[in-house]
Amino acid sequence: MADFKMHVLICGGTGCKASLSEAIKTSFNSTIESCELEDDVQVIMTGCFGFCEKGPIIKILPDNTFYVHVKPEDAEEIVKEHLVKGRPVERLLYKDPKSEENIPTSKGMDFYKKQIRIALRNCGFIDPEQIEEYIARDGYMALGKCISGMTPVDVIDEIKKSGLRGRGGGGFPTGLKWEITHKSQAGQKYVVCNADEGDPGAFMDRSILEGDPHSVLEAMAICGYCIGADTGLIYIRAEYPLAIERLKVAINQAREYGLLGENILGSGFNFDIELRYGAGAFVCGEETALIHSMEGLRGEPTFKPPFPSESGYLGKPTNVNNVETFANIPVILNKGADWFSSIGTENSKGTKVFALAGKINNVGLIEVPMGTTLREVVYDIGGGIKDGKEFKSVQTGGPSGGCLTKDFLDTPIDYDNLVAAGSMMGSGGMIVMDEDDCMVSIAKFYLEFTLEESCGKCTPCRIGNKRLYEILDSITEGKGKEEDIERLKMLSNVIKDTSLCGLGQSSPNPVLSTIHNFEDEYKAHVVDGKCPSGQCKALLQYVIEEDKCTGCTLCFRNCPVGAITGERRAPHFIDQSLCIKCGVCYEKCKFDAIELV
Amino acid sequence: MINLTIDNKPVVVKKGITILEAASSVGVHIPTLCYMKLDDMNIENKPGGCRVCVVEVKGRRNLAPACCTEVAEGMDISTHSIRAINARRTVVELILSDHPPDCLVCAKSGDCELQDMAHNLGIREIHYKGEQSTYREDTSPAITREIDKCIMCRRCEMMCNEVQTVGVLSAINRGFDSVVSPAFEMNLDHSVCTYCGQCVAVCPTGALTEVDETGKVIKALSDPNKTVVVQTAPAVRAALGEEFGMEAGTLVTGKLVSALKRLGFDYVFDTDFAADLTIMEEGTELLSRLEKFLGGDKEVKLPILTSCCPAWVKFFEHQFPEMLEIPSTARSPQQMFGSIAKTYFAEKLGKKRDDLVVVSIMPCVAKKYECGRDEFKVDDNPDVDHAITTRELAALVKLANIEFEKLPNEDFDHPLGESTGAGVIFGTTGGVIEAAVRTAYELHTGKDLPRLDFEELRGMEGLRQATIDFNGLPIKIGIAHGLGNARKLLEEIQAGKSEFHAIEIMSCPGGCIGGGGQPYHHGDAEVIKKRQMAIYQEDKNKVLRKSHENPYIIKLYEEFLGKPMSEKAHHLLHTKYFDRKN
Amino acid sequence: MAKIKTLDDLIKMKDEVQSKIKLRENSDHPENLIQVKVGMATCGIASGAKETLKYFVEETERQAIDAVVTQTGCMGYCYAEPTVEVILPGKEPVVFGYVNNTKAQEIIDKYINKGELVDGIIPISFKTIDE
Repeated sequence: MADFKMHVLICGGTGCKASLSEAIKTSFNSTIESCELEDDVQVIMTGCFGFCEKGPIIKILPDNTFYVHVKPEDAEEIVKEHLVKGRPVERLLYKDPKSEENIPTSKGMDFYKKQIRIALRNCGFIDPEQIEEYIARDGYMALGKCISGMTPVDVIDEIKKSGLRGRGGGGFPTGLKWEITHKSQAGQKYVVCNADEGDPGAFMDRSILEGDPHSVLEAMAICGYCIGADTGLIYIRAEYPLAIERLKVAINQAREYGLLGENILGSGFNFDIELRYGAGAFVCGEETALIHSMEGLRGEPTFKPPFPSESGYLGKPTNVNNVETFANIPVILNKGADWFSSIGTENSKGTKVFALAGKINNVGLIEVPMGTTLREVVYDIGGGIKDGKEFKSVQTGGPSGGCLTKDFLDTPIDYDNLVAAGSMMGSGGMIVMDEDDCMVSIAKFYLEFTLEESCGKCTPCRIGNKRLYEILDSITEGKGKEEDIERLKMLSNVIKDTSLCGLGQSSPNPVLSTIHNFEDEYKAHVVDGKCPSGQCKALLQYVIEEDKCTGCTLCFRNCPVGAITGERRAPHFIDQSLCIKCGVCYEKCKFDAIELV
Repeated sequence: MINLTIDNKPVVVKKGITILEAASSVGVHIPTLCYMKLDDMNIENKPGGCRVCVVEVKGRRNLAPACCTEVAEGMDISTHSIRAINARRTVVELILSDHPPDCLVCAKSGDCELQDMAHNLGIREIHYKGEQSTYREDTSPAITREIDKCIMCRRCEMMCNEVQTVGVLSAINRGFDSVVSPAFEMNLDHSVCTYCGQCVAVCPTGALTEVDETGKVIKALSDPNKTVVVQTAPAVRAALGEEFGMEAGTLVTGKLVSALKRLGFDYVFDTDFAADLTIMEEGTELLSRLEKFLGGDKEVKLPILTSCCPAWVKFFEHQFPEMLEIPSTARSPQQMFGSIAKTYFAEKLGKKRDDLVVVSIMPCVAKKYECGRDEFKVDDNPDVDHAITTRELAALVKLANIEFEKLPNEDFDHPLGESTGAGVIFGTTGGVIEAAVRTAYELHTGKDLPRLDFEELRGMEGLRQATIDFNGLPIKIGIAHGLGNARKLLEEIQAGKSEFHAIEIMSCPGGCIGGGGQPYHHGDAEVIKKRQMAIYQEDKNKVLRKSHENPYIIKLYEEFLGKPMSEKAHHLLHTKYFDRKN
Repeated sequence: MAKIKTLDDLIKMKDEVQSKIKLRENSDHPENLIQVKVGMATCGIASGAKETLKYFVEETERQAIDAVVTQTGCMGYCYAEPTVEVILPGKEPVVFGYVNNTKAQEIIDKYINKGELVDGIIPISFKTIDE
């Protein structure tokens, strides 16, 4: 087979696919054909590159040119200019927001500079639907090494030595979990991959499954070898169709090559993997709830102990790890625990993938070494706050996490530091807020999410969170009282203290952390009747400044509820009892006579 | 044994038990709401959902639910620290904040575990108010669901799914909207609900109650043109006293009769009489099937299954419609009574069936449904007009200003009030088959039974079996109470693995004494066991203890029916079953 | 698809398929590799740069030299096309002019393999787009 001289990598993640990356591929292929380059250029659809803000993204190799916001019609120009003539298409290059200069390769971008890609090592690099490409990147080598020469205890020791902790939220040491399940006595055991990613805005696991499904399959087989299981189950939400499709392809390819199935690599070890679909309930990310859902029962948690490692799926010992945790395993075994543990901080080793979202310039998926500061993530990788606004807070840990202020910007990110700061690692959602965000509304937003996602089993989560939400709602509606802040704290603490599972135990965190860090803002709402960031409509008033009003009647004519009165050429007046705060008058006024107070 | 500290007191408790059990063993009662355990009956509800039983364990990050946290060496537990009390009260306040404030008019008032809890915790104010869940009320022929009052304890769900394997009730929706309901919020009467009433029996609040028919009974009693006949089931006399503060297991047969007479019933009869009649029919049917089977008749189906229990009948009609020929065709005692009352007895009185109102007092809510079945009506007039529960009778007694405890003992009326011990034991698991054995043995062998107490058929085990020697012929008998246990036996039959000749099935754990219409046991299995002892005591007290010796039964056959399984008996005392799969 | 029956088979297969992504692996770490950039603008192509590019690709492959051969735009030495820039790891880029197949062979044999300079070097006075 003739080797291709150039590779065109097209991002095939869900985000870029939604922006027509499939059509881009078709367009590339047809132009390449018409230029008779099909023997020289290979077009590959990969997993996510991470820089979703700039998608769809195309990378041209070997010169590593990085094109952003590519449209299907751009393919022709890229082929004819770049592939044929070697001239990069300048207008599609990434422009550094600070220097305004074009940066042709990803290596030169701040977004990528501070990243170390372990879990995402193959995302945006290989064709996830070609097992050969995975094998070429040492794929299944770790599994081969384990089952051909190492005992399960050896492997577990290596994982323990690496210091890897669960990336799903809890941060439980992975090696220890494997060891416990290994020691459980039972004829049948199970390996479960938790792919029920549910944090708002998070898509780490989806991207790994879409971009590098084999790394998860390989890790599950290794885990199966270690704990003594011959069956793996991937619990994935049905609303991840692309990830499911890629997993199906990957499982079939692995089976065809004998890397899953009976007697893998002649070692006598049997392992196969099946998919289980979830209906997209956040609580099913909790491992006992996940197991019940897989069993066909209502997806709700049960009291632990017994832990799944003793009694899990169908009552058998079950090792549950999340996607990102698994994706780290083959690398650790290939490169060694020492290499892995050299990255990160004292008690948090390796890297962490974050889904960066919110009021930040570079929205996307990033992987940074543990110990990277929030400032580096927000300002260097994230490119700072959108539209030059002031940074206010960063929310980590999803709905279970907390909102950290600028005082924590220099905190190195790891499990323990985030907890000490009043938040948590969670599965890796990271949402940045700016000066326009009202922290009471943010707390309300997260609680609304938990409210919808609570399974309803235990009282504090079912009713307590509802009451918390109602109090927050009344504050944003301008009906709050000063004692509400104390009531919020009291109730939050009881909910944390008494809830059955992690969802309820952490659901008040956004409330407590915003009260802790932004109590002034709460006070402004309940004492002064003001929303400092101007988000809570009920606390706003539109007023007409008499001296600026010319009496043009434009506001009067546009007000949908007839709240504005006044004679022509005389100052107008807004009746606050009628005003619905739609803001039309504010937008229409040509004389800046309407003020928001 | 392990050492730990509970409320500052060092104690030694068994290993492997929960904090709740450990506390209880040293005299500390931790309040619970969702938790329920019927000792020795293999029934436990432990979802850990209500969070009322939380206690503080030193060194633990959060509070521990006592009902599902296992004790560990050196644990330092405080059940009433300010943190635990505050949390417990807040949790109950939260439940109350989503509960209708209907206590004054709620059917469960005075018998409600939530009400008790709020009282015991001294809750005088609900600090967190807000939206309340509202659902439509669902009324079926037997059970009313007012699920605004559901507190998600899941006891009913556990009974319906795990114990009864009926699978109608389960939690639906999520978060604040979650509630226990049939699938798709369909009505109970569209579901495969058997109306066994075990959900009602365990509901801590007024979310699940029986359909109240006391009003109809009062109306009938006050109608001068009606002759109102009442029958009372065997299990009622062993439990009614509890409603009036008497010790569980107190037999109140005489007071019961007296109360019914004072309420104005024209004739106070006994369902036990009809139970004797059932034995005559069912026992004869068993013998006839058995003799044909032993004679090599391949058409004959064995085992024969009892058919006294209406929930059980509805269960197999839904779940095992391909096995409709296996159960006995004999009607239940309630329906045999109604049928005889409105024919034989009406004739004796010289009245038309329309002039008679037959009321039954039952430990059961499914009986309300049973008496409404079309096959038990003649020209739209039901054989039994109204079936009320033990609890409803207690309400009527209170309404009629009767001081139950002070009532004298009175006797049932004749002719339908005479019964044998065999009829009495119908009220407990194992009783129907024991009664049948007493008669079938003598009819088959022509000899007197050497002993009447078949201990091998008695007990509380969910599934029991025994072989009775019918003078050289070993008869294999199976007993199941609880529909989940019944399902196991039916699946064996389906698989062709059953070796039984006869099987007794009762839907409720313990049999009718544990019925859904009985006074609430509030999770105390002792109550049910004491009722059982009372039933066997009543049997012992009887002079006649074999159904076929009941002189009024003999007379009934002589005067009216001919002989068991006669055409007339078939017409009046037997029934058929329907495929309700779809 | 034939099943992979042993670890050795897997290693063998890895070696076989590695070339599929070698280009990507190499371009991910260009600083460790020999980089050969062939000027492929109109002027270069007209002077036979395509042939030169092909020659470099095939010859480095034949000799199993870990080199990344890429095309680049016009380097501004149109008089000396085809022009080729060679960067050895840790060294300054060197640009050669008039690179036909013979010259290419010489560059590979002498400069790339032995580090000896050959005739035809054009002094650099511009920045490449990569920096």
